[in-house]
Amino acid sequence: MDALIDEYGGMTPQELAAPVNTIEEKWKLLPAFLKVKGLVKQHIDSFNYFINVEIKKIMKANEKITSDADPMWYLKYLNIYVGMPDVEESFNVTRPVSPHECRLRDMTYSAPITVDIEYTRGSQRIIRNALPIGRMPIMLRSSNCVLTGKTPAEFSKLNECPLDPGGYFIVKGQEKVILIQEQLSKNRIIVEADRKGAVGASVTSSTHEKKSRTNMAVRQGRFYLRHNTLSEDAPIAIIFKAMGVESDQEIVQMIGTEEHVMAAFAPSLEECQKAQIFTQTQALKYIGNKVRRQRMWGGPKKTKMEEARELLASTILTHVPVKEFNFRAKCIYLAVMVRRVILAQGDNKVDDRDYYGNKRLELAGQLARLMFSFLISLLNSELKKISDQIIPKQRAAQFDVVKHMRQDQITNGLVNAISTGNWSLKRFKMDRQGVTQVLSRLSYISALGMMTRISSQFEKTRKVSGPRSLQPSQWGMLCPSDTPEGEACGLVKNLALMTHITTDMEDGPIIKLAFNLGVEDVNLLCGEELSYPSVFLVFLNGNILGVIRDHQKLVNTFRLMRRAGFINEFVSISTNLTDRCVYISSDGGRLCRPYIIVKKGMPAVKNKHIEELAQGYRNFEDFLHESLVEYLDVNEENDCSIALYEHMINKDTTHLEIEPFTLLGVCAGLIPYPHHNQSPRNTYQCAMGKQAMGTIGYNQRNRIDTLMYLLAYPQKPMVKTKTIELIDFEKLPAGQNATVAVMSYSGYDIEDALVLNKASLDRGFGRCLVYKNAKCTLKRYTNQTFDKVMGPMLDAATRKPIWRHEILDADGICSPGEKVENKQVLVNKSMPTITQTPLEGSTQPQQPQFRDVPVTYKGSTDSYIEKVMISSNADDAFLIKILLRQTRRPEIGDKFSSRHGQKGVCGLIVPQEDMPFCDSGICPDIIMNPHGYPSRMTVGKLIELLAGKAGVLDGRFHYGTAFGGSKVKDVCEDLIRYGYNYLGKDYVTSGITGEPLEAYIYFGPVYYQKLKHMVLDKMHARARGPRAVLTRQPTEGRSRDGGLRLGEMERDCLIGYGASMLLLERLMISSDAFEVDVCGQCGLLGYSGWCHYCKSSCHVSSLRIPYACKLLFQELQSMNIVPRLKLSPYNE
Amino acid sequence: MSGNDVEEQENQQCAEMAAPRSNVEEIRDRVILGEFGVRNVHTTDFPGNYPGYDDTWNRKKFEEKFRIDVIRMDENTLEFDMVGIDAAIANAFRRILLAEVPTMAIEKVFVYNNTSIVQDEILAHRLGLIPIKADPRLFEYRNAGDEEGTDIDTIQLQLKIKCTRNPRASKDSSDPSELYINHMVYSRDIKWTPLGNQADLFAEAGISPVHGDILIAQLRPGQELDIVMHCVKGVGKDHAKFSPVATASYRLLPEITLLQPVEGELAEKLKRCFSPGVIEIESDGGKKFAKVANSRLDTCSREVFRHDDLKNIVKLGRVRNHFIFSVESTGILSHVILVSEAIKVLMAKCDKFLSELDSAEVD
Repeated sequence: MDALIDEYGGMTPQELAAPVNTIEEKWKLLPAFLKVKGLVKQHIDSFNYFINVEIKKIMKANEKITSDADPMWYLKYLNIYVGMPDVEESFNVTRPVSPHECRLRDMTYSAPITVDIEYTRGSQRIIRNALPIGRMPIMLRSSNCVLTGKTPAEFSKLNECPLDPGGYFIVKGQEKVILIQEQLSKNRIIVEADRKGAVGASVTSSTHEKKSRTNMAVRQGRFYLRHNTLSEDAPIAIIFKAMGVESDQEIVQMIGTEEHVMAAFAPSLEECQKAQIFTQTQALKYIGNKVRRQRMWGGPKKTKMEEARELLASTILTHVPVKEFNFRAKCIYLAVMVRRVILAQGDNKVDDRDYYGNKRLELAGQLARLMFSFLISLLNSELKKISDQIIPKQRAAQFDVVKHMRQDQITNGLVNAISTGNWSLKRFKMDRQGVTQVLSRLSYISALGMMTRISSQFEKTRKVSGPRSLQPSQWGMLCPSDTPEGEACGLVKNLALMTHITTDMEDGPIIKLAFNLGVEDVNLLCGEELSYPSVFLVFLNGNILGVIRDHQKLVNTFRLMRRAGFINEFVSISTNLTDRCVYISSDGGRLCRPYIIVKKGMPAVKNKHIEELAQGYRNFEDFLHESLVEYLDVNEENDCSIALYEHMINKDTTHLEIEPFTLLGVCAGLIPYPHHNQSPRNTYQCAMGKQAMGTIGYNQRNRIDTLMYLLAYPQKPMVKTKTIELIDFEKLPAGQNATVAVMSYSGYDIEDALVLNKASLDRGFGRCLVYKNAKCTLKRYTNQTFDKVMGPMLDAATRKPIWRHEILDADGICSPGEKVENKQVLVNKSMPTITQTPLEGSTQPQQPQFRDVPVTYKGSTDSYIEKVMISSNADDAFLIKILLRQTRRPEIGDKFSSRHGQKGVCGLIVPQEDMPFCDSGICPDIIMNPHGYPSRMTVGKLIELLAGKAGVLDGRFHYGTAFGGSKVKDVCEDLIRYGYNYLGKDYVTSGITGEPLEAYIYFGPVYYQKLKHMVLDKMHARARGPRAVLTRQPTEGRSRDGGLRLGEMERDCLIGYGASMLLLERLMISSDAFEVDVCGQCGLLGYSGWCHYCKSSCHVSSLRIPYACKLLFQELQSMNIVPRLKLSPYNE
Repeated sequence: MSGNDVEEQENQQCAEMAAPRSNVEEIRDRVILGEFGVRNVHTTDFPGNYPGYDDTWNRKKFEEKFRIDVIRMDENTLEFDMVGIDAAIANAFRRILLAEVPTMAIEKVFVYNNTSIVQDEILAHRLGLIPIKADPRLFEYRNAGDEEGTDIDTIQLQLKIKCTRNPRASKDSSDPSELYINHMVYSRDIKWTPLGNQADLFAEAGISPVHGDILIAQLRPGQELDIVMHCVKGVGKDHAKFSPVATASYRLLPEITLLQPVEGELAEKLKRCFSPGVIEIESDGGKKFAKVANSRLDTCSREVFRHDDLKNIVKLGRVRNHFIFSVESTGILSHVILVSEAIKVLMAKCDKFLSELDSAEVD
């Protein structure tokens, strides 16, 4: 109550009762936010933090190398830098390189890592500056990328698209994204029940050096500690004693002196008693016997006790610092763990693993950090090994480490990790596959969608619903719609529009502040205070900081300090009333998003602030600094009362949502009126938006990708959303506004098929360009021979190039603009027959022999050569890239979809004159069957049509933003004004009969996407064709011109029907029939009318069996099994 | 016939129609727009279908009833009424206009040089859709397989343009139109190269794109286009580029019947439910009456049906055999010629059919 008077005391009743004014256009905060944070910024921020800050810390951690051979010798890193991306032109000559050049030339966009070192050579101490130790792939648009701070004009000079988000790497010419990895947060106590319902606690500790997992389990009422390094579970009381808390009373005091807590812990003490362990020495001995032996190389031999003490200090609960074997903090931590378990046992208050406050997202920076620190320690150990080996040997020249510092290890380590996506680091018990993926450039949206993708560490095969289902704490942080269907459903997620992921930050100042605000240091407490009902425990990043009496004041002051800018805006503080804790977090990987601060029931952001923002006097940072807006992470959100709209603000409200549509991600943001759709439809559209063809970037015509789909005439959607504007989808659209008539027509529209207007296709609707590339390199071989490109071969009679070489220029490479047909040669390359250096003695032929290895064009349809690039790649080999182009108009079987998960293939193309037309003479581009609506319930599409129609008539774009957008009523009033039906249903005349249709037709524009699936790439048939070598059966798959399999189930049908001759024909005659000679006497296969076993030909008869059958017999024979055939005349 | 005359006539007609009609008459002559659907959509006046009606076709009766009134004619559009004919025939004219009246359009594109960013195929497609002002009646169809073409079936056009920097552009300009010359390629840059005696034959009219301001491509300094095109005669069903009309369509004459007098506020409301000019308010001794002034102007938005107090006092219908045609020409041929050409095409089809019938009898 006091607090309320405090806050509202100065206000009159009128003021209190006044309604909260809505803030006009507060969505304008969004573009301002996206300018500083958001979408791809988290990748870039994380990587920037790594190359500018973290890399120096890693260097500090691995600072010094000494040698066992010479105590005087050392090497010390003084500083480390990551430079700007460059490329080595020739020896020691470098020049800056642009990302696009790397893409085209199959190079890695990387910058040198240089170090300043200090080392000894003989008795000299030498300082070397800027010594390269390897190359670091550079994330595009990061602080070290050439693109940062450039204007759009400069971007175009570098052949780069200004709308491209960056945040990916270019490795060996491929664009690679390090996906965001989701995992359980480190260093936090998680209390949970196991399958049998027994409660236990676990902590995954992680520091820069080590990672370990400590479990606490309860068996028969006794507490045990479980750890990988211990061969069996250790009673907890023994652990306490081993850590120096010998008195049972002290243990109990730390855990808690309440009646039920003591009762629950008593059996554990008893067990310790039974084991006859009373002192620290006894306990350490006990544990020492249970330590799993680890292979240790080198180092002085330790006793078991020492080993146990070492283990307790460094491996168990690694993240709790232990200095000089002062286990105080660790004991308290352990006691808190025990207490948590005891308290959870009663009323089963276990933690939720799937709660997003307990999750951390790992970004490119963190993953690169792990890899880099592994590589640098590898380099150090290698240098140490070398120094150990070389120093003892007397040499003329003194040992100089610099000569032994290899650059390629770090370079290759990083490049291979990113290009294969395998992160296997033994030290961190990490072995992950598929961390990186090739950036999908199918459309702008697919690329953006990939940058916001989060992959979960759960196995896809496990059939648990928990991690897959939508979590309430996910609100506003992760998109509820954007997840794939099928096996990865719910495990792969996407960030929402305003989510930011924190990076690590210094915790020193926070500790200081906390102590100043009245937190009592744990190390100064006797232990019993922890469980006092009057105090709250204070945690910082999972470590116990101390206790506080007035937690509310601590939290409030802390927040005030943060709003005032004294501590980082991403530090979060929240109370947990059930656990009686205050959690302060400053670690990286937390999800957070900005909210408007509400004070005294009034939002801090006023209209004038937004006006100033619009005028450019203010930016988002100013809003933060003036404490108008602040970031909340998931845990702190739980501590706040957040109003969705202004009118929902009440006296308890602390924050106000900026815009509700930001809870959706990039892909779901494209859907107009998604709040009117059935939820799975939005999910389907999220998947399909990534397959839509359109434009992929302003530099699309400069790219030579393996596969690229472009639309000939892309259009802005008539019904757009705020998200569409924010992510610049309008500038790089993927789809066309088609006039749709929702009606049945011709019967070729069943099962979601669409009927297209031929005239629309003639005029360019759905016309697309498909680009593919062909590539070849001309290598040099070890024996000084090299690949050659020969000119076209001439026909002897006509002196004209032969057909296969028709399109070649005199240089043997095809020329741009030419039409290529199947099997024609693109590059007439030939290769020397001998590429190895011959053995000594054998004479090298004077003229090397060449063999043709042409690059030929394969494809059922002709292509045109768009451009030819001749360059050299990173290995200095000659590189030829050819871009091939096809222009396709839609045909029957091509796939289209609207933005509402309504996909369909073209079922019929109808001439314009047969199309129905309305009074104004408009005929539809697409006819869609109305049966698509009732079961799908995509009301959003119906509204899109109305809004689109009104927009077309009015000459403006309508909004279909989620939870907002143009109102149906207003839109329909517009229709009326222009003389159209209120419901959007028009009177339509049949184009075939000329008479009106009996029904009114829902008629208007809908944004349609052309999807990448086209019949041309899929159609396949075969009469005769290639066969597999081993079985002589037809090959499999379209790419090998394979047959269509008559499978097991089809075979069953034929058996059931009794069509034996058809079976025989399908399975043998048309497949792999084979004539064999079989000896009727011994039943073995003969050859050429002769039985090799019987040495006779009198019983040999010839019959047809499948070749696979004959193969089976022979394989069995090879395994010492004799299959014998029994023959008898078939008429017997 | 002037526009006013027509309107007057219309008004008279409307007055006549407002009179109560027999049910059969309505089924025969009117398409009824209901709230949820259209009724009586089909033609039913087959001979013998209705007792008491003589529906046998006879030329005299047809000639009496049939008329074509031109309502509006401006540069590109023609609106005319076709009254007293069956939907099938009216539709045939519409279909022929869309698909079977021939025009000349670019069919073959020979790209000698194209260094612009527009792909050859896309460029060819764009060129094809440009309407070419040439009278198709003076040309023949090109024979199948003929690649070369002659002066009687081909028009040769050329587009040769190169973009250069403007030497007189001010230094700090960033406006492409000031910096470069020829950076926008318009259809007016297409030049006709007469074949054979075409130069004399078409000297007067000349051959060129109908519209000069169609943007074909954008260039930057150093890029150039060198293209030769062949225009060929073709029909719209082959490709939409040959279609001589932007669109040709018709609607039926709307007819609005007030079933009871509508007065006062309701009249105002009724007026708002229709397109402007359809309902007029007449005051008669202080009372306001709604009167159907010109139902032709109605767009059939059926707004009345949304008002419960109005929906039962208005009947919306359309005259089954009164077609309001609207023909929008692309500008190659005038709309009047297009319609007469369409009629000729239909006549030719009939002749063909008749001769086929005759020859069938011989067999």
